[in-house]
Amino acid sequence: MNRTLVVIGHGMVGHRLVEEVRERDPEQHWRIVVLGEEPSPAYDRVGLSAYMTEATAEELMLTGQEVHRDERVRLRTGVGAERVDPRTSTVLTTAGESIHYDALVLATGSRPFVPPVEGAELPGCHVYRTLDDLDGIRAASEAGAEGVVVGGGLLGLEAADALRKLGMRPHVVEFAPRLMPVQVDEGGGAVLGRLVGELGIEVHTGAAVDSVREGTHGGVSAVSLTDGTVIDTDLLVFSAGIRPRDDLAESAGLERGQRGGFLVDNSCRTGSAGVWAIGECAAVEGRCHGLVAPGYQMASAVADQLTGRGDTEFGGADEATKLKLVGVDVAGFGDAHGRSDGALEVTYANNAAGTYAKLVLDDDASTLLGGVLVGDAETYGTLRPLVGKPLPAAPEQLLFPDAGGGGGTGALPEDATVCSCHNVSKADIAGVISSGQAEDVAGIKSCTKAGTGCGSCVPMLKSLLDEAGVVTSNALCEHFPQSRSELFEIVRATGVKSFSELISRYGTGRGCDICKPAVASILAGLSDAHILDEEQATLQDTNDRFLANMQRNGTYSVVPRVPAGEITPDKLITLGQVATEFGLYTKITGGQRVDMFGARVEQLPEIWRRLVDAGFESGHAYGKALRTVKSCVGTDWCRYGVQDSVSMAIRLELRYRGLRAPHKIKAGVSGCARECAEARSKDFGVIATEKGWNLYVGGNGGFDPRHSGLLASDLDDERLVVLLDRFLMFYVRTAERLQRTAGWIESFDNGVEHVRAVVVDDVLGIASDLEDAMARHISDYTDEWAAVLEDREKLSRFVSFVNAPEAPDPTIEFTEERGQIRPAPIDLPTPVVERDREFSSEEVSA
Amino acid sequence: MNWQRICSESDLPTEFGVAALVDGHTVAVFRTATDEVYALGNVDPFSGAGVISRGIVGDREGEPTVSSPMHKQAFSLRSGQCLDEPETRLPTYPVRRRAETIEIAAS
Repeated sequence: MNRTLVVIGHGMVGHRLVEEVRERDPEQHWRIVVLGEEPSPAYDRVGLSAYMTEATAEELMLTGQEVHRDERVRLRTGVGAERVDPRTSTVLTTAGESIHYDALVLATGSRPFVPPVEGAELPGCHVYRTLDDLDGIRAASEAGAEGVVVGGGLLGLEAADALRKLGMRPHVVEFAPRLMPVQVDEGGGAVLGRLVGELGIEVHTGAAVDSVREGTHGGVSAVSLTDGTVIDTDLLVFSAGIRPRDDLAESAGLERGQRGGFLVDNSCRTGSAGVWAIGECAAVEGRCHGLVAPGYQMASAVADQLTGRGDTEFGGADEATKLKLVGVDVAGFGDAHGRSDGALEVTYANNAAGTYAKLVLDDDASTLLGGVLVGDAETYGTLRPLVGKPLPAAPEQLLFPDAGGGGGTGALPEDATVCSCHNVSKADIAGVISSGQAEDVAGIKSCTKAGTGCGSCVPMLKSLLDEAGVVTSNALCEHFPQSRSELFEIVRATGVKSFSELISRYGTGRGCDICKPAVASILAGLSDAHILDEEQATLQDTNDRFLANMQRNGTYSVVPRVPAGEITPDKLITLGQVATEFGLYTKITGGQRVDMFGARVEQLPEIWRRLVDAGFESGHAYGKALRTVKSCVGTDWCRYGVQDSVSMAIRLELRYRGLRAPHKIKAGVSGCARECAEARSKDFGVIATEKGWNLYVGGNGGFDPRHSGLLASDLDDERLVVLLDRFLMFYVRTAERLQRTAGWIESFDNGVEHVRAVVVDDVLGIASDLEDAMARHISDYTDEWAAVLEDREKLSRFVSFVNAPEAPDPTIEFTEERGQIRPAPIDLPTPVVERDREFSSEEVSA
Repeated sequence: MNWQRICSESDLPTEFGVAALVDGHTVAVFRTATDEVYALGNVDPFSGAGVISRGIVGDREGEPTVSSPMHKQAFSLRSGQCLDEPETRLPTYPVRRRAETIEIAAS
């Protein structure tokens, strides 16, 4: 059955609804049309202020945008709804199109309230709501000039801070006697006013705008306040609250709440069958909610109803808020004003430090009802989830957990909600940590969605990790306080060429088996020197040191490159002959290569001489490097193939062979959508379409299997290669040690969206740099084994014993199974200490 | 002491290890960055494979170490003590440098 869901409005809440419906509708009953008035898809409006100075529009995009590439979802950006007709179940769009719906969800949000003041319509007057609004304010700003923000609430202070960051001298005009009157009480308001003032923001409380004066240029020239103050300014920002956008109610015959908004019941249903309203435009039982968390809860309740999960109700809202002005923390939560019967207050004010904290308790001081924090809101994360729950410790211990005992995330009950945006409890998070599914904040985000909403719980996620004993430092190891990506940048920027120099300048001690191979990989990525040159050789893990894979009994396996799995009969015969001659066990690998096991160190050069002579080269099976590009047979042989997957896989494997990376890289190319190369379980996967290639990234098999995500569609050969060059080099430069592409992509706030912004849209402007680096890698490539065979010094290291080069290691033994060798079982001796005395070299030196 | 010549100093780069066969024992010989020389048993006690000489030489809080290439446990070069599992220890052998050669006393 195919039904159409129309969603009007593509803000945070509308987007969440689409995501949740798609997630819960695997049978695909619903086809979804989303109308979004703004030119861009849904973005993080809570984080809007970041757009003024530090974040790009791409960085603000919400996660989960991939639903819009889902064929069941059609997003119309730049198109709004003109009219709704419930009798015919149609929506008329601003583009003049009429769309029939089986279900309609109104998610039109709200509009900024502009008080009816004379001159409020003049050029120079702005509101603070959308990316476009912020672009307009930025364009109108002038460093050093005065700017006025009308409204001293949460958003007004953010707007004032944005003006400050643009170099302006902001004024805030608030009608109430204190800033943030909704969230903060009198005592907190006083501390807040002082702290905001210290930031250079002039605060006018108990005042309103009387009139806006027009200058000779036709725009705003000054603002006069009801207290007589006149401020010369040509930039005015209204941020005096919001009003629900319920214009569609009129024509649709939908009822409004008393203070506006589409009137809905607790299940978010309007009076009209099949029509719901969610988010800021909805008056649930008459009451509007102006925060994103309740909107998300409404979206979830409606998604349940649409997908037959019963009549889930909106469970009421968490109205807690936390403001992060630079240097000033403000938080209010629960019954911040102590309005409950018999409420008791515990207040702490430190005028010297500029902090204020208040807890509101019930009449017998056992249950937390709410609180206010100003100046230092570090305890917000642990206090908010305790609202309505018995106090786990004395109030002062909750306010000052560092002063000893009781507080911190440890004090939270297991069922406390840590992430209210996604309704994730402490127990949910502790579960993914203790099971090892999540090792860091990024892992918790991807397993539970916690921290991917407003982000205010991220510090709590960190402390839950700390409490579980998970170390979240990004130091590479005890020798380097930097992460791999930081060391990569240091080496790139300074041109340091050796481990010794790097550790003496940027680290401590002599290194270890963690930092040495990591630095070796970085150096290999930035120079064309052989990985066994001089000091480099001492950094390598045993696999790289002998250019072969060490197996359980200390012997090695040998894997020559077989690009895309295509091999001539003659070459197959050579492999068979070499294996026979050296008595090796052979097995075809999952990556379309032949693996030969059981070689002793001293046999490796002889084996490779035979292979190199026959035209083979190293397959890098031993390295954190490109391994294989698997392929199907594509149009060469397959009845269904639509592109030549074999040629493309060979081209890609040869292009990226030898590329050193934070982790091994596997890839696949499939010649049609049947996907016989299983490309979507690879770090990068290429799948043929009728028009070209679809490029997927971030898949892997192994311990934690993932499917890859679509990066770009219908690419021609050249564009595919360019995007892959950029993708791989971006990964090599910025991923952490042993981080596969999947985890690396998840480490970005916006996941694959961020990678697409950098790789496809080049928002960082580094694309040509990445392409150049890849071009250098390709032109510098030489076969590592061929080079070793021509270098006596390097060859001399391939001996079993330095004093008996030809003697086989007596610890290596084989038995036979199914006609081939296998390692003989080893009886592990109880460790015997042959000599208790320690000999240092000084003691025994002659 | 019955000193046996193992190799010349130039065969053993700093921060590197080589394996040697001494009276039927397999021995791993290492040279640190500070130019000290150590000799330990070559057989990894956790896997039974003769691979210790192929481990990475480094330090842990200043103690010179080699980590087994098999499963990465670190061993003190001075005492042979496994720093990750203190019940386990590698044998150590007397080693010295004389006339630019490295010598081990096996018995």
